[in-house]
Amino acid sequence: MAEMKRKAFGRPACLKEVEYHYCPGCSHGIIHNLIGEVIDDLGIVERTVGISSVGCSVLACDYFCCDMVQAAHGRAPAVATGIKRVWPDDIVFTYQGDGDLAAIGCGEIVNAAARGERITTVFVNNAIYGMTGGQMAPTTLPRQITTTSPGGRDSARDGMPIRVSEMLATLEGAGYIARAAVNNPKNVINAKAAIREAFLNQLEGTGFSLVEILSTCPVNWGMSPIEAMAWVEQSMIPFYPLGTIKDAGRQAHAS
Amino acid sequence: MDTSRAFLNAERCKGCGLCIAFCPKKAIAAGSRLNTKGYCPPEIETNGQCTGCGFCAMMCPDLAIEIHEESTR
Amino acid sequence: MAEIRLMKGNEAIAEAAILAGCRYYFGYPITPQNELIEYMARRMPEVDGVCLQAESEVAAINMVFGAAAAGARAMTSSSSPGISLKQEGISYLACAELPCLIVNIMRAGPGLGGIAPAQGDYFQATRGGGHGDYRTIVLAPNSVQECFDMTIRAFELADHYRIPVLLLGDGALGQMMEKVEVKPNHPEMIPKPWATTGLRGRKKNNIVKTLILTPEELEDHNRKLQDKYRTIAALETLWEESLTEDADLVLVAYGIMSRIAQSAMDLARAKGFRVGMLRPRTLWPFPMKALKDIAKKTKAFLVLELSAGQMREDVLLSVEHTRPVHFYGRMGGMVPDSREILGEIMAILGKGNG
Repeated sequence: MAEMKRKAFGRPACLKEVEYHYCPGCSHGIIHNLIGEVIDDLGIVERTVGISSVGCSVLACDYFCCDMVQAAHGRAPAVATGIKRVWPDDIVFTYQGDGDLAAIGCGEIVNAAARGERITTVFVNNAIYGMTGGQMAPTTLPRQITTTSPGGRDSARDGMPIRVSEMLATLEGAGYIARAAVNNPKNVINAKAAIREAFLNQLEGTGFSLVEILSTCPVNWGMSPIEAMAWVEQSMIPFYPLGTIKDAGRQAHAS
Repeated sequence: MDTSRAFLNAERCKGCGLCIAFCPKKAIAAGSRLNTKGYCPPEIETNGQCTGCGFCAMMCPDLAIEIHEESTR
Repeated sequence: MAEIRLMKGNEAIAEAAILAGCRYYFGYPITPQNELIEYMARRMPEVDGVCLQAESEVAAINMVFGAAAAGARAMTSSSSPGISLKQEGISYLACAELPCLIVNIMRAGPGLGGIAPAQGDYFQATRGGGHGDYRTIVLAPNSVQECFDMTIRAFELADHYRIPVLLLGDGALGQMMEKVEVKPNHPEMIPKPWATTGLRGRKKNNIVKTLILTPEELEDHNRKLQDKYRTIAALETLWEESLTEDADLVLVAYGIMSRIAQSAMDLARAKGFRVGMLRPRTLWPFPMKALKDIAKKTKAFLVLELSAGQMREDVLLSVEHTRPVHFYGRMGGMVPDSREILGEIMAILGKGNG
């Protein structure tokens, strides 16, 4: 009897055989894998350019097989704009954390979305600054303890968190905005679908697309990876609801 | 007959435990030996119940798990 | 067939950039260079180029970073406060060895300052300006024709050496109108195999990055940059000398101040004073050797700047304290006339050697 072996699930072709530097259980790895699968599924690696940003994912430019550019902190949407205007047929995506996108880069992301820049942003929201050791982020939750809110985020002193997806959805140039999570298999499947939809929006030119992905930072949250997944469910999702926030152009189709 | 099963590359594993937590068949258990990086990878297929559903591979941040299909005719 | 046009400096720079093959302009309005972005907004669509008004000078320099990484000839322009905002981006461009043009039409500072001309950004321009050990080529036009010619040269230098080039003008040059010979130009677009264009059949992906965490590797990269700067210093230093052979006093000035200095020199010569001038046309690399050579023949220097004295320090370094280096400057947007400079010349020479 003949035996045929086939790899039904493995490393996406557009991710290099390099080990990630991320902490054990960090959501960045899961998200990189989903982006890799979407690029493979859509067959676009030859004309994709990714832009990594500053934060834990600064080394992302070493993980993907497509051309990659490393942007200054917060500036990835501007760098992406420069590349997309030179190569409008390229698929250009940025990969940004919450400090990069919602603090120092807030001007850039809002204006890229307002201009309807045909780029895709994958926004990794883990409610903390990971790379620099756990400081408060614009998306840190009320009462959440960080190294710069050691008593917990106090809305009187620190203000309230920013719901980036809802904010960007108000802009006419934004074509597709969705929020997902990767804290269990069902959410991972939905996150992949959202990322795919965002890239399809870019392929069809319907404007700026962004997927906000609620993610874990076990080390800086002071939790085990599985506890961190539970915290996303219990604390983050109620504040940052999942789903399609805006779908302005493309007819969604079952893939 | 087709069977799918999960295979772990222990050297890529960082012992995060997500695969153990999300296996619907409880087919993954904590391991007892360290890899060369000092992490403790789990043991897959401990109870013969693995269906190759892929949840473990999907939740693994480090692409340490592959799902292989075997076809026998 | 060359065409003679009456143009403002700001406009001449824009037109020259387009003739140099630049098709990507990213900028933000700031006085006194708004004519440049406005000219680009009208002209770029005519050549199927992109003129994008960014949300800030920071965004604009990062758009230049992206376009340059993608292999295009790209540029931005601003004035002093906006150039301060761009410093991080310029440091990144220099580290990543991305070619581009950055135009600074200087105004008086510090702070928000004034909108009248000044030369207070010399240190910022020639000492890198941002963090880290790097240089940018700094070109200093002193006429609208030079604004035009140097812009074309800037793109050639930028591409050839893979370095950001700074064109340092000022509000007077940007605003004044002079005749420009607009010569046809056929830019030689060199291949850029390192650019992030998308793989498109290329086997190995290109990565443009500036993070180099291993000290040994980062030192190697820095050595490579320093070697490049030494080559540029040896080959690309430009200056102009007038009447230095027999001069007792040599004026040193650049940009608009050099036009005033030229007039003052002419007035002084008419009165019998032996005055010459050296005008640096590249501020980095600086004509150190030329000044050192002149120091052997002349008795003193008078550095003239619209600042508290910044290029003065490079002149001091160049002549190695072998001759007195006097200084006269105005700040805040005040621009002296040639008789004021003549007064300084006569005060120095009237006392003997100064």
